[in-house]
Amino acid sequence: MFSYCADPATLDGLNWLTCYLTTGKHMAFYLSFIVVLALLALAAPAALLFGFVGALACRSNISLVRVLGQGYITMIRGIPDIAFFLFVPVALDQAFEFLRHKMLCSDITGSVWRGDEFLVCEAAKLPLGSSPQWIHEIYGFSLALLSFAFVFGAFAGNTLRGAMQAVPKSQLQAAAAFGMNRRQTFWRVLLPQMWVYALPGLSNLWMILVKATPLLFLLGVEDVVYWARELGGSKTSAHAYPHGDWRLWYFLALMVFYLSITWLSEWFFKKLMKQFSYGQATLGSLEIPE
Amino acid sequence: MKKIFLSAVAAMFAATGAFADTVRLGTEGAYEPWNFVNDAGKLDGFEIQLGNELCKRAGLTCKWVKNDWDSIIPNLKSGNYDAIIAGMSVTEERQKVIDFTAEYYPADPSSFVALAGANASATSGIIAAQTATIHAGYIASSNATLVEFATAEETIAAVRNGEADAVLADSGYLKPIVEESNGKLVFAGASIQVGGGVGMGIRKSDSALMTKLNTAIASIKSDGTLNRMIVKWFGADAPQF
Repeated sequence: MFSYCADPATLDGLNWLTCYLTTGKHMAFYLSFIVVLALLALAAPAALLFGFVGALACRSNISLVRVLGQGYITMIRGIPDIAFFLFVPVALDQAFEFLRHKMLCSDITGSVWRGDEFLVCEAAKLPLGSSPQWIHEIYGFSLALLSFAFVFGAFAGNTLRGAMQAVPKSQLQAAAAFGMNRRQTFWRVLLPQMWVYALPGLSNLWMILVKATPLLFLLGVEDVVYWARELGGSKTSAHAYPHGDWRLWYFLALMVFYLSITWLSEWFFKKLMKQFSYGQATLGSLEIPE
Repeated sequence: MKKIFLSAVAAMFAATGAFADTVRLGTEGAYEPWNFVNDAGKLDGFEIQLGNELCKRAGLTCKWVKNDWDSIIPNLKSGNYDAIIAGMSVTEERQKVIDFTAEYYPADPSSFVALAGANASATSGIIAAQTATIHAGYIASSNATLVEFATAEETIAAVRNGEADAVLADSGYLKPIVEESNGKLVFAGASIQVGGGVGMGIRKSDSALMTKLNTAIASIKSDGTLNRMIVKWFGADAPQF
């Protein structure tokens, strides 16, 4: 990056360090922090959406929808996250490729499962074998995102369902007395008052989501943990910047990163709680503002 | 939102044009000097140079894929890539699930490496090895206690910080590490022959690719290119063809 980095062997001290910290490999490491933040930014609203739909399904008048919603929440909550994370991306990938195989290569007969091999035709591969690397990476990231949304959506769903039930019944009776129908009651009375009950659970869930992001590594996405391990491992002189075992420092950097995210989140949720509590008949709204 | 979703779904199931004959090569990227990620963040090493040369000679367009060692065979079989080129020794056990091309690196003896000092000749006791390697298999069937790690680098770290008495790995991998340890690490005991040579792993159903790669391997063996690559990456005293 800097002009004096051309011959790393002659460098020492601060010059060596600045060159070392700006190698292409370190750039990939810095980029992986953005990947983690992107996952958080996309997974949180997606999970909330999944949860909201799940919670609504649980309250539905139609028994089939109710059973589906309850089944989703109960099943995911009962299965260990890691087992689920290992299962969902593989299952989704194979399901997509199987469907594409059926649609695009109908001339090829015979099962795609041959022995213990899973073989779809060249045109059905997802992404195509000839696609550039970044498409493969985006695809892998999307599968991971979908798994995160699916798993955390179930927990969010349960929290939202609980919060909806916590809104005092008299509020809904008052709405009915005003002549509101079911839909109006939900959007105008139940939903605005529900958040204050849901927030503690949701903030908890957000913290767990933040801390679960290293699972990306398990799903084959090259995240901060992958690069920290890769960069921290001792390097022989086959590399331009040989060094010993520095994993401790790299993992320390990850610790600082995660602690800052969670610290910022705590502050944010406190503000949000104050907002939602305003004018509500809860103890939180009575607290003297700082 | 709905539009984006629908078009994404449509794109997913649309047929797209003609296909170049692309072969995806799977490697670990954490086994110097066989395959590793260099300072520029790109794959580099003996097998990267070798793989690119083989693809050139076989007239294939090749793309590299990084994959963790412990899932490298399952992901070949589920079609994530078409060949494994990751310092994988040909063993009977592996031949039951995948096929191997002709060997591109001769049988390399494996060695124990321990900390210099009191325990310098440890070849039993607690031995570190990478998961799902011939070395882990060898230690598991011996009297020594096996501790497994996901990457080769972690097995060395385990010896350095005293978690294991010694590590068993390919001599070609250990040599530069011992030489550059300033005398802290030493070879322990005599080297042993654990596995056969190293070949590329191919799905059993992929005989067309097998033929192409075997022809290319024979060609780089006969004109001496392969031996020159081995000397370049492993030194003059490495086993050659």
